[in-house]
Amino acid sequence: MKRFASAAAFFGGLIILWQLLYDAHIWSPVLVPSPASVANYLRGAAGDGTLGQATLITMRRLLIGYVIGIIFGLPLGLLTARWNVLQDTVGTLSLGLQTLPSVCWVPLALLWFGQTEAAMLFVVVMGTLWSVVIATDTGVRNVPPIFRRAALTMGSKNMHLWLKVILPAALPFVVSGMKQGWAFAWRSLMAAEIFVTILTGFGLGQLLHFGREQQAMDQVIGIMVIIVVIGLLADKIFFSPIEQFLHRRWGTGASQ
Amino acid sequence: MYITHVIPWHSRVTSSAKEELEIVAPIKLAIESVSKSFKTATGTVQALDRVSLKVSEGEFVCLVGASGCGKSTLLNIIAGLEKPDSGSVMANGKPVTGPGRERLVMFQEAALFPWLDVLGNVLFGLKLKPGLRDKDRLDVAKYYLELVGLTRFEHANIHELSGGMKQRVALARALAPNPRVLLMDEPFAALDALTREQLYGDIQRIWKARNKTIVFVTHNVREAACLGDRVLLFSPHPGRVQEEFTIELPRPRDINSVDLAGYAGRIMRSLKGFTKTEGEVAE
Repeated sequence: MKRFASAAAFFGGLIILWQLLYDAHIWSPVLVPSPASVANYLRGAAGDGTLGQATLITMRRLLIGYVIGIIFGLPLGLLTARWNVLQDTVGTLSLGLQTLPSVCWVPLALLWFGQTEAAMLFVVVMGTLWSVVIATDTGVRNVPPIFRRAALTMGSKNMHLWLKVILPAALPFVVSGMKQGWAFAWRSLMAAEIFVTILTGFGLGQLLHFGREQQAMDQVIGIMVIIVVIGLLADKIFFSPIEQFLHRRWGTGASQ
Repeated sequence: MYITHVIPWHSRVTSSAKEELEIVAPIKLAIESVSKSFKTATGTVQALDRVSLKVSEGEFVCLVGASGCGKSTLLNIIAGLEKPDSGSVMANGKPVTGPGRERLVMFQEAALFPWLDVLGNVLFGLKLKPGLRDKDRLDVAKYYLELVGLTRFEHANIHELSGGMKQRVALARALAPNPRVLLMDEPFAALDALTREQLYGDIQRIWKARNKTIVFVTHNVREAACLGDRVLLFSPHPGRVQEEFTIELPRPRDINSVDLAGYAGRIMRSLKGFTKTEGEVAE
């Protein structure tokens, strides 16, 4: 409760500071709109459904792409960790492609898939996949051999060994890879939506783009706030509980 | 925490779980001329050189030697985790070709699974044992947790336990699938003296109560004299059984007794006799 109060006071203070800067009239209101006008835009956009619609479209692209990335990334990472020949080939390729900023996939995606949902999905999958592959590979390679040996003596082998021992033992690495994949996917999707208009649906990035075209700063800032809030929520609702569970079980991390 | 008696079986334990908790007959081991070498950066190391030994049913045998004498390698070979270059290991007359549930290993610290709680660790091997109902597995796991005095900690995370408690969990985990041979690889090496003393008492009582064949690897001569029916002394480079001591002291033995010190002294003198050229002194 105390921590919530201090956070609320901090963000409240930021908004007051913003209002003060607006009142000082240093910059044109076209460039620095008031907090009230941004709130006004958000209320209107939420009211007429554009905001909800755009959020839904963006989240759908993100989640589907992200899940596909994990579904392929996890087994691929396990395979590269299991066989050195795959590590030298697929693993090296993954490492190379992971260093490629995922927005760089956008031109290729557009040429391959055109202005379609598939292009968006492709960019998100590319953002997720390589981080997950590399983190899973690293995680598995860092599993202490004694876990494997202990499990073997108790009769664990093959799939059981991989699913019940090696994967859970690698979990701290895998989760941080999933988090990184999420961040990459989110960034690349926003970039793709801003630069490419997909006629099958306008996402948050497109609203941001239209805000710029119309010089509607309240819209630009309003959508940016929504994007930040989504990022925060993803962390607080999805990743934080998992990380806290891992910290509790493993006894790692600072005291909570 | 100190276990003074073996607890009676819980009245709520079902008959099928009781069956699982029956004491199984221990088995004998026959190690026949086992050799094993490793390639290292500096050349080939002969870890074991034609080692032969027999362990009879229900016997407690300690393997002692300086580090690098191959005693842990031998334990791994008996466990089926490593293959000998030549020679054979027979468990109950059958050749050992891989890990098996009738020969369980209790490792040094840190072999417990941190993603499972205490109960989950003890259940791990039981879940792999076919022909049991989940309820029975739970009863059996709880029985062994009671046996090692950790009932109150069944939902604790591994990192929350002390070193001694961790090794009690490791012991419960190794005992739970009811193996016929227990292989212990320096299980108490990382513990403080007081905790170790408690565990010497516990392991002797549990050995008596559950009737296991135990092969126990240690570099601690007193520990070996305290626990073993027989103590086999290993010499390093190449690893060989150098000498054998039969410890004829009544049980349970106290690590601080004078008689035991006499045995430990004799073993230590032999050990120093052939390790002094190596520049290595065992504890």
